[in-house]
Amino acid sequence: MSSTSHAEHAYVAHHFHSAEQQKEAGTLGMWLFLAQEVMFFGGLFCVYAVYRLLNPDAWLAGSASLSVFVGGVNTTVLLCSSFTMALGVYFAQTGDNRRLFQALVATLALGLLFIAIKLQFEYLPKYREGVFPGANWGPYGHHYGHLADVANQGGLQMYFVLYYIMTGMHALHMIIGFGIMVVLMVLARKNTFGPQRYMAVENFGLYWHFVDIVWVFLFPMFYLVR
Amino acid sequence: MSEHHIVTPATYLKVLIALAVLMVLTIAAAEVHFGEPFNLMIALAIAVTKAVLIVLFFMHVKYSSHLTWVFVGAGFFWFIIMVALTTADYLSRGWHSPFTG
Repeated sequence: MSSTSHAEHAYVAHHFHSAEQQKEAGTLGMWLFLAQEVMFFGGLFCVYAVYRLLNPDAWLAGSASLSVFVGGVNTTVLLCSSFTMALGVYFAQTGDNRRLFQALVATLALGLLFIAIKLQFEYLPKYREGVFPGANWGPYGHHYGHLADVANQGGLQMYFVLYYIMTGMHALHMIIGFGIMVVLMVLARKNTFGPQRYMAVENFGLYWHFVDIVWVFLFPMFYLVR
Repeated sequence: MSEHHIVTPATYLKVLIALAVLMVLTIAAAEVHFGEPFNLMIALAIAVTKAVLIVLFFMHVKYSSHLTWVFVGAGFFWFIIMVALTTADYLSRGWHSPFTG
């Protein structure tokens, strides 16, 4: 308590020595959570590596059926949303709650656009044309019919199992992020954030950028197999 | 350790441009046939570069304490152990042993 000045009492919780220590603890806690997230996605990446090693032919065929254009547009959308989120952290640090709110709106809008593109141009057309692993597997139609001619159908199904699970888990992380963003938007409206109090925005930014990093790897792993 | 370092929008913009350039680069590299392992290695190298840029600047790790670096490094280090040992197992399963022929 002794090192806490009078003015700091308002925002430094009683179990911390100083504002600096409080911030450090918050950052480390968030990174501990993200290290756990690395382990979670890491397990999936590991499964991906093994099945790709075992089914190189199926991976080539599966990847060739994805649209690099749609994937590239979505990568751009996600990178831009990371940029607007980073700007949001800056506005939180400088106490500009109005611009922080706008940055969060932009980030949320870009995130929703990503999910909309994913559904409209990727998940739904594939599902409709039989490109969904399991009992109803059976690619047909103009876009995906040629996949039925691939010899290694089991490997091809594994490619799409991992495609749906990994991009789906990524999308689920984004959707959870949407909820947290709405809470931060309400707080920004109430002028909550400033130079002494921005850790909630900063830590959510870490989460959002982490989700961006996952996509940075998913994009070449699924769309650019050569 | 520079405490309370605030990264400016100008820095964020430069990082965004770098990330966009790297994305175009990875798509272009996939169009060229470099042979069996090289396309994958180039794609992964570009992805790792993008991830490092995001971690250092968007996630402020460049300006964070040494303890934060340890936390960040530990997560990725264990991930590399997991993938390296698992793929080493699967890659080497078809190999012949000098003892069994």
